[in-house]
Amino acid sequence: MKVRRIREPRTDRIFLVCVYLLLTVFLAVVLLPLLYIVASSFSSPEAVSSGRVLFWPVDFSLRGYNAVFQNPQIVQGYLNSLFYTVVGTIVSVTMTIAIAYPMSRRTLVGRNTVMTLILFTMLFTGGLIPTYLVVQSAGLLDTRWALIVPQAIGVWQVIIARTYFRTAIPEELVEASQLDGCGDLRFLWSVVIPLAKPMIAVVALMYAITQWNSYFDALIYLKNPDLFPLQLVLRNILILNTTGGGAVDASVVMQRQQLADLLKYSLIVVASVPVLLIYPFVARYFTKGIMIGAVKG
Amino acid sequence: MAIDGLRRSFERHWTLYLLMVVPLTWFAVFKYIPMSNAVLAFKNFNVIKGIWGSPWIGWQNFELFFANPVFWNLVKNTFLLSVYTVAASFPLAIALALGLNEIRQGLFKRTVQMVTYAPYFISTVVVVSMTILVLSPRLGIVNEGLGFFGVPAIDFLGNPDYFRHIYVWSDVWQTTGYSAVIYLAALSGIDPALHESARIDGASRLQRIRHVDLPGIMPTAVIILVLAVGNIMAIGFEKAFLLQNPLNLSESEIIATYVYKTGLLNADFSMATAVGLFNSVINLVLLLAVNWVAKRVTGNGLWS
Repeated sequence: MKVRRIREPRTDRIFLVCVYLLLTVFLAVVLLPLLYIVASSFSSPEAVSSGRVLFWPVDFSLRGYNAVFQNPQIVQGYLNSLFYTVVGTIVSVTMTIAIAYPMSRRTLVGRNTVMTLILFTMLFTGGLIPTYLVVQSAGLLDTRWALIVPQAIGVWQVIIARTYFRTAIPEELVEASQLDGCGDLRFLWSVVIPLAKPMIAVVALMYAITQWNSYFDALIYLKNPDLFPLQLVLRNILILNTTGGGAVDASVVMQRQQLADLLKYSLIVVASVPVLLIYPFVARYFTKGIMIGAVKG
Repeated sequence: MAIDGLRRSFERHWTLYLLMVVPLTWFAVFKYIPMSNAVLAFKNFNVIKGIWGSPWIGWQNFELFFANPVFWNLVKNTFLLSVYTVAASFPLAIALALGLNEIRQGLFKRTVQMVTYAPYFISTVVVVSMTILVLSPRLGIVNEGLGFFGVPAIDFLGNPDYFRHIYVWSDVWQTTGYSAVIYLAALSGIDPALHESARIDGASRLQRIRHVDLPGIMPTAVIILVLAVGNIMAIGFEKAFLLQNPLNLSESEIIATYVYKTGLLNADFSMATAVGLFNSVINLVLLLAVNWVAKRVTGNGLWS
């Protein structure tokens, strides 16, 4: 007995050290690239171009950020993205509640048929071109609505909302309100929505983050650069390398190039900060949302 | 009887039915009309005559696509990219979750969880930009590091051989923390009594992971694997398109990017629809098949 008590914790302790090592590796692998980008964004153009920056700023400077906020394309994109995110989220949440709540009511005949029709769209889609043609004939091409309407409802969010309504709103509450002469809409507005605030917040954040981060719809539906969301502007600057500067004096080409390099790092930080700032506060609810959605039925 | 029930339900809940009208119209217009528009795959699209007025051409688009020399390359690229992604991220997410589950609550655990979860919220454009910057032959820190050991700079994105690794490992970087959260929740649902009795029986930590934790997260793992395999040919357009350049096209052209180029850049709507439809059908069949197998083997599936 004695031998056993000593030996086993020791193998366990070695194992635990390995676990800590493994987790440290995970942490470092995720953290270091992020640190590198942030450190570069606060360095001088010369330091970035000569590759002297590692995980701490070299020749601290804010010139990258200066360049970001002086670029009219980026500022316009930022404002556009704010618009798409706010309006898109409001539209999406309203539509999601409007479809999910009726389907959560057990006395509503036809709700299972509706749910099946909705779930089927997860399994099979018409594809890129057939959808494009619908957006085209709806007259949405090259308008702000093209980024809001075609993606308005997410099936996943509908599942989350419906499950929440079904489990968190007791049937007795419905019956009691009906006895008091409260109609379905009134009940939804004054009882269900206040009770479902945590879920609505999660769903709203899911929509908001998806909208803020997406570029594909803008790529296919928009031609007018004034309507471009931030992510599409980012793609043009960061990946296609089009900064859109005017005629360049030959003597400042080198400096321009250095500043253009630096701008990329600062731009990455600026574009990700809104999402990363709210993320620690919502991560917990996000996880809960995923779990609600994962409950079958 | 059924009609009668519907009528009574409608009289009682007509406001709720009214509420559903707008969202249901949305599903009809943006999900079901595109499905019917997919008949375009069997037609020779004529802009003036519209989808339904254009002449039928049967399977011609499919025959052309299958005979096209790019066909097998597209299928191979799509398939390999997906399988590699699943194979790399599936075990790592489970390993991270098991590791986090072993250590006690505290600052370190919270930090690891917070940091590994964060990249999931960063946009694809930014992740691809970061990848390109980090791997850049001129500026990138990776080539700086290689240079330190005397290795000449490598143009990672210009070489098709590296494309899949770049795609998959940047994906692992972005999503492992997120995927681990799902397994962590499954782990926290395991009855503590199982662990206690295993401990009384003298099971080591490793043995408890093997015989208590792993069976405990099996149902979750199966569902995630079913979804992943079912989506194998549906691998996203967004990232592959951004990582693409003319130099790595031989490995990076997948079905989704080919559909985009054929349909929207070359305006061959019928052909692009045919390729997209081919892909959708393969996906549906794969998902149903994998789900059927998973249900047979483990008793867990998507629908129970």
